[in-house]
Amino acid sequence: MTFPEETNTVPAVEMQDIVLRFPGVLANDHVNFTLYPGEIHALLGENGAGKSTLMNVLTGLYKPQSGEIRIHGKKVSFNSPRDAIANGIGMVHQHFMLVENQTVTENILIGLDTPRFALNLKKYDQEISNLAEQFGIHIDPTAKIWQLSVGEQQRVEILKILYRGANILIMDEPTAVLAPQEADELIETLKGMAAQGKSIAFISHKLTEVKHVADKLTVLRRGRATAERVDLQDFTRESLASLMVGREVIFNLHKCEQAAGREVLRLEDVSALNNKNLPALRNVDLALHEGEILGIAGVAGNGQSELVEVITGLRPCTGRIWLEGKDIANKPPSFSINQGLAHIPEDRIGVGSAPNLSLTSNIIMKRYDQQPVSQKWQLDYVAADELAGGLKTEYDIQAPSVQTQARKLSGGNLQKLILARELSSTPRMVVAMQPTRGLDVGAIESVQQMLLNQREQGCAILLVSEDLDELLSLSDRIAVMYEGQIVGVLCSEDFDITQIGLMMTGTLPEELPEKAQAEQASIEGTPSSFDEVLDNLHNYEESSQAKQPAEIELFSESAEPTEVLPQPESSATPEDPPLNLTEKERVLRKVLGENYKQGDDE
Amino acid sequence: MKIPYPVLLKRTEDSPKWLPVVTSVGAVLLAFIISGVILAVTGADPFKVYSYLFKASFGSWGAFSDVVVKATPLLLIGLGCSLAFRMRLWNIGAEGQFFVGAFMASAVVMVPLVNLDTTPRWAIISLMAALGMLGGSLYAFIAGFLKAKLNINEIIITLMLNYIAVLWNNYWIFGKWSESGFQMTKTFPKSAWLPRLADYAKQVPAFSGMTLHLGILFGLIAAVIVYLIVYRSKWGYKITLIGDNPRAARYAGINITANTILVFMVSGALAGLAGMTEVSGVVHRLQERISTSYGFSGVIVAWLAKLNPFAVIVVSILFGALLVASREIQPSGISFLIQGITLFLVISSDVLLKYEIKWVRPAQETAQ
Repeated sequence: MTFPEETNTVPAVEMQDIVLRFPGVLANDHVNFTLYPGEIHALLGENGAGKSTLMNVLTGLYKPQSGEIRIHGKKVSFNSPRDAIANGIGMVHQHFMLVENQTVTENILIGLDTPRFALNLKKYDQEISNLAEQFGIHIDPTAKIWQLSVGEQQRVEILKILYRGANILIMDEPTAVLAPQEADELIETLKGMAAQGKSIAFISHKLTEVKHVADKLTVLRRGRATAERVDLQDFTRESLASLMVGREVIFNLHKCEQAAGREVLRLEDVSALNNKNLPALRNVDLALHEGEILGIAGVAGNGQSELVEVITGLRPCTGRIWLEGKDIANKPPSFSINQGLAHIPEDRIGVGSAPNLSLTSNIIMKRYDQQPVSQKWQLDYVAADELAGGLKTEYDIQAPSVQTQARKLSGGNLQKLILARELSSTPRMVVAMQPTRGLDVGAIESVQQMLLNQREQGCAILLVSEDLDELLSLSDRIAVMYEGQIVGVLCSEDFDITQIGLMMTGTLPEELPEKAQAEQASIEGTPSSFDEVLDNLHNYEESSQAKQPAEIELFSESAEPTEVLPQPESSATPEDPPLNLTEKERVLRKVLGENYKQGDDE
Repeated sequence: MKIPYPVLLKRTEDSPKWLPVVTSVGAVLLAFIISGVILAVTGADPFKVYSYLFKASFGSWGAFSDVVVKATPLLLIGLGCSLAFRMRLWNIGAEGQFFVGAFMASAVVMVPLVNLDTTPRWAIISLMAALGMLGGSLYAFIAGFLKAKLNINEIIITLMLNYIAVLWNNYWIFGKWSESGFQMTKTFPKSAWLPRLADYAKQVPAFSGMTLHLGILFGLIAAVIVYLIVYRSKWGYKITLIGDNPRAARYAGINITANTILVFMVSGALAGLAGMTEVSGVVHRLQERISTSYGFSGVIVAWLAKLNPFAVIVVSILFGALLVASREIQPSGISFLIQGITLFLVISSDVLLKYEIKWVRPAQETAQ
């Protein structure tokens, strides 16, 4: 099928009827993908839907069994990534390939034919800084890679491709590794590059982000396109999600009303240093009760990781941490584990599992010392396998057997394994950090439901997440962290995404504008998406820079909600106009109906 | 530009359990074939050389007994290394721990710590074994402590400690304990000797001349114990977990500092015991050349055995055979040549466990 284009330009990329079969899997089933110059085209889909495969066809890594690729109207057949680069196609992978001890310039020049022998770094530094400037990328060409943040390293990868003359860029889940702010910056950069005529394919499984960045959208599900080159404004989050997973995703989880019980955890005046020996936590006081989920909101790197590590005994601190009446501060991790503390770590592979050991070995990680797995000095591997087998069924971990190595599990299944280990021990308290990050929609739902079930059973849960939607839908209270301090704690009846967003930038609750935003929210429906909040934050930041000394004045000004809220920077994104509910519903139904027909035709 | 028959290395996720055995045995056979070619090039008849080598080491019970004598320290050291390597602790200080163990065992006789005439033989030997193990483990403790507490690279420390141990021994054999100026101590009295088969030649005539001593029994018992530790015990689980992912182990509440020191000490104790069996079972005195770099060969043995304690027995006997054979043929370097090629190939054969190798014909590649 073809879509009418407003311009008559030749598409930069035309992939038609791409079929790629792996043994046992149809990775791409007659997929079309068209990308015009100056356009950002998002590829949306769950993990394993075939997005990366399709792009790897474009970069020459895989050869399709059938189908045609045209680059700028010319039919091509790639035998290796080298051919793709020669045609101006470059890909930024999720995991960077950079040499830590070399400078930005050196990394960009690696593998090129020129310079041949003598290296006049200064000249190339200048060249690269010119190139960066052209695309509005901020980077110091003389900096060593290890000195750069993840976001900056990603910019180096992008420059690497640009320097090789690419005009078609493929970004493979570029924001997965970034903090929200960095992600925002990246998106701005990408938009700038598109404005200068570069074509960008943007792989993602994040719904909100795609809405924010892309002009056109193709959705893949199990190797098939469920939407091809459609316009984004016709879609809501819900309709996109259902295209992705093929069923309605319940974003409103079942969460019962219940009163919080007695206190389980109390932090008193807790301070700690980070890995660079700088203060990361400053005088934190916090309490957590039975049957309560306390969400921790905050921009990444404001002390959340350190908070979790201090509670779980992985980082020394000052102050006191009471768990069930016992001081666990500066006690070894085993002490709090025995006190019934479960920990779902942020880094599933690096901390949460032993990748080369079996599922069984990973399951018994915290109970190798308990009956029936433990028999005096011995470890009963038969009993351990039985235990693991039971949990594998109960938690629906997809793996050939309990002897399977943990590294062979997919992200969602690995997280289920960790949850099975942590939650099956009937903990008194769970510390969960980014429990759903990087998972696909189906897995997110089941992980969130598991946490809610724990809450119902009276467990106290500390939930650290950068996904505000997740925090809003799960938490009973939300504490906002900024620069190692708790800026404020909100109860569920006071949840307001704009307020939380402002607090995340360090605004104290008493400095916040009055309930204005809350009222605004109730009129228009909840502002719901993180991106909107970020837009608001930009407005706020810009105006606060302009009027720095008179902050109070600013607030009295912004108390008029219509002035601040719905106006994003006009140049940045054409935001969809606020719809009232009935309109929304109408559009949704229309779009869904169309696309379901399309899906059925194939 | 294009290679006519590109080799494709495809990562395999599941390799059958028998594959490591097949590749290891295959690598050893290939090593013999390659060495055979080299021998043939130099003008020797490889078949003759091999049959001679075989006869020299397995040709008679007497020869085999010599092989086992050589294999004993390799077995003990290999076991110790396999335990440390499992936790990714690169203890290459077995040589030093071996010497300190030998020194401590000798001290029982040379100081003397007990009355050698009245104390029963079993008690003297037990004391020597205990002190040998203690010496090795304390010596390894230095490296373990520095690694665990200060995160100092254990490879450098253990390597350097080797030289210190050798020089420490030299001080005693050149000076204090020197036997009339020779670089060795006096011969130990019989009561400090590990029992040998030859001692029972009166009862069993076939044993006459056989140097096989009780040390091999220590080695076999140690193999069983290490096996039980690694594959059956909670401690072995912890060691494996720390080895695979120390951050996960810490998260699971395992004390990495304590286990690092402990594993180092057990590893050192086994090397120290090897030192004791050499002075008490073979040379019966402390001297300069008690080790033909057993400490380093033990590292190789552990590696070739893929850290499996029972495989360590087999590999150490194979290495013992090569050591014995090297005495019998000229140039003696031939066995070391075979050793080196074997090591090279066995380690290379690992690639077969991780990858499937495919030869892709161009026609096949472009087939649509």
